[in-house]
Amino acid sequence: GSGGFRKRKHDNFPHGQRREEKENVNPSSALMTSFKSFQLELDTRHDKYERLVKLSRDITIESKRTIFLLHRFTSAPNGEEILNESEVKLDAVRRKIKQVAQELIGEDMYQFHRAISPGLQEYVEAVSFQYFIKTRSLISVEEINKQLIFTAEDREETTNTTSNSRDKQPHTWSLKVTPVDYLLGVADLTGELMRLCISSVGNGDIDTPFELSQFLRQIYDGFTFIGNTGPYEVSKKLYTLKQSLAKVENACYTLKVRGSEIPKHMLADVFSTKTELIDQEEGL
Amino acid sequence: VPKKCQKAREHFSTVRTQLESLKTKFPADQYYRFHEHWRFVLQRLVFLAAFVVYLESETLVTREAVAEILGIEADRERGFHLDIEDYLSGVLTLASELARLAVNSVTAGDYSRPLRISTFINELDSGFRLLNLKNDSLRKRYDGLKYDVKKIEEVVYDLSIRGLNKEATVGAGGEK
Repeated sequence: GSGGFRKRKHDNFPHGQRREEKENVNPSSALMTSFKSFQLELDTRHDKYERLVKLSRDITIESKRTIFLLHRFTSAPNGEEILNESEVKLDAVRRKIKQVAQELIGEDMYQFHRAISPGLQEYVEAVSFQYFIKTRSLISVEEINKQLIFTAEDREETTNTTSNSRDKQPHTWSLKVTPVDYLLGVADLTGELMRLCISSVGNGDIDTPFELSQFLRQIYDGFTFIGNTGPYEVSKKLYTLKQSLAKVENACYTLKVRGSEIPKHMLADVFSTKTELIDQEEGL
Repeated sequence: VPKKCQKAREHFSTVRTQLESLKTKFPADQYYRFHEHWRFVLQRLVFLAAFVVYLESETLVTREAVAEILGIEADRERGFHLDIEDYLSGVLTLASELARLAVNSVTAGDYSRPLRISTFINELDSGFRLLNLKNDSLRKRYDGLKYDVKKIEEVVYDLSIRGLNKEATVGAGGEK
């Protein structure tokens, strides 16, 4: 035969025969043809998944940046500016979510859920943070989803979509954040609120910590109500939530007990040491 | 063999009834939300259907044919369907079973079947090589295919050096 250049266990194994058999496979047999179509189908599915993963990452990054921006908010004069800028950022995120919605038209959302879930959770965190700063209350999942209904804005979009409808109906896409993603996003929100509490004291704001304490307690109660009946990820977040709540309550305690003794401008120092310790704990 | 295949087909009607009832247990457009619950079973069913069809006709059962045997749809749009990856997983299980069949055929004195299985498996392998798989469970199972191919080649080799396939080769010519 043609001789084997590869070392194999059986030296006298018929390499030549094997190659010959492979060449005998008819590339346009029914089996091969169907496998070619499988290749196409799988590639298309994987490509879509990847596009969604990329969108999810973009959503995560921009949402995180919004959160950092919102941490810079104080009642100081530029507060309004910061809120407006945050709205601009969140609109950009929503545009990405619109693309996600467009990718998912005609698809079963759950097939791609794992690709987009992290991004959506981060978005929930950002938008609920902004909502809290504005209203001191928790945004509902219905409110969130109301903002995630999109229509085709300009003529260009309508003609680009693969629509076979000749009627003048505007295209609408929507994405529904699932209750689980909402819960996970809110759980992450509590971490940011805890940071807000600590930093607001540093700014001399001694009312916010107490408001936050109340608010976080309500969220905690809500999560306790769900207990172990939710998915595993929710239970995991509950643990961190407890810690955040404890930090906020301790801050309130310190303010209450020692706050009246310490002049306001020094309060920041009291809490900055604490903050360092907390940061170390969190391994930042 | 044909009688056994017939019997097997009858069992599938029980399967059909149960799948019918499964379909009603959840909203039709959330197939993938609960997919994991029946994934394993469906893959086994694909394997069994593929095996019966192979024994009947020595061809690879198509997705549409499996769907028909199981009483479900072939496309997602039409309802409870067979996912392509589950179909492919079931087919790979068939490959392993055919490797076993090749060995046992020789033991039973049938020297031509292994040759036909070999041609079939090689074609299957060529088909799978066309696919770009991700590093998931399907890919792992596909990695096992080469061991099946090798096993069957060894059987064929053992037959050929002993001249046992000579009279079998004459009849084993045309494969689909």
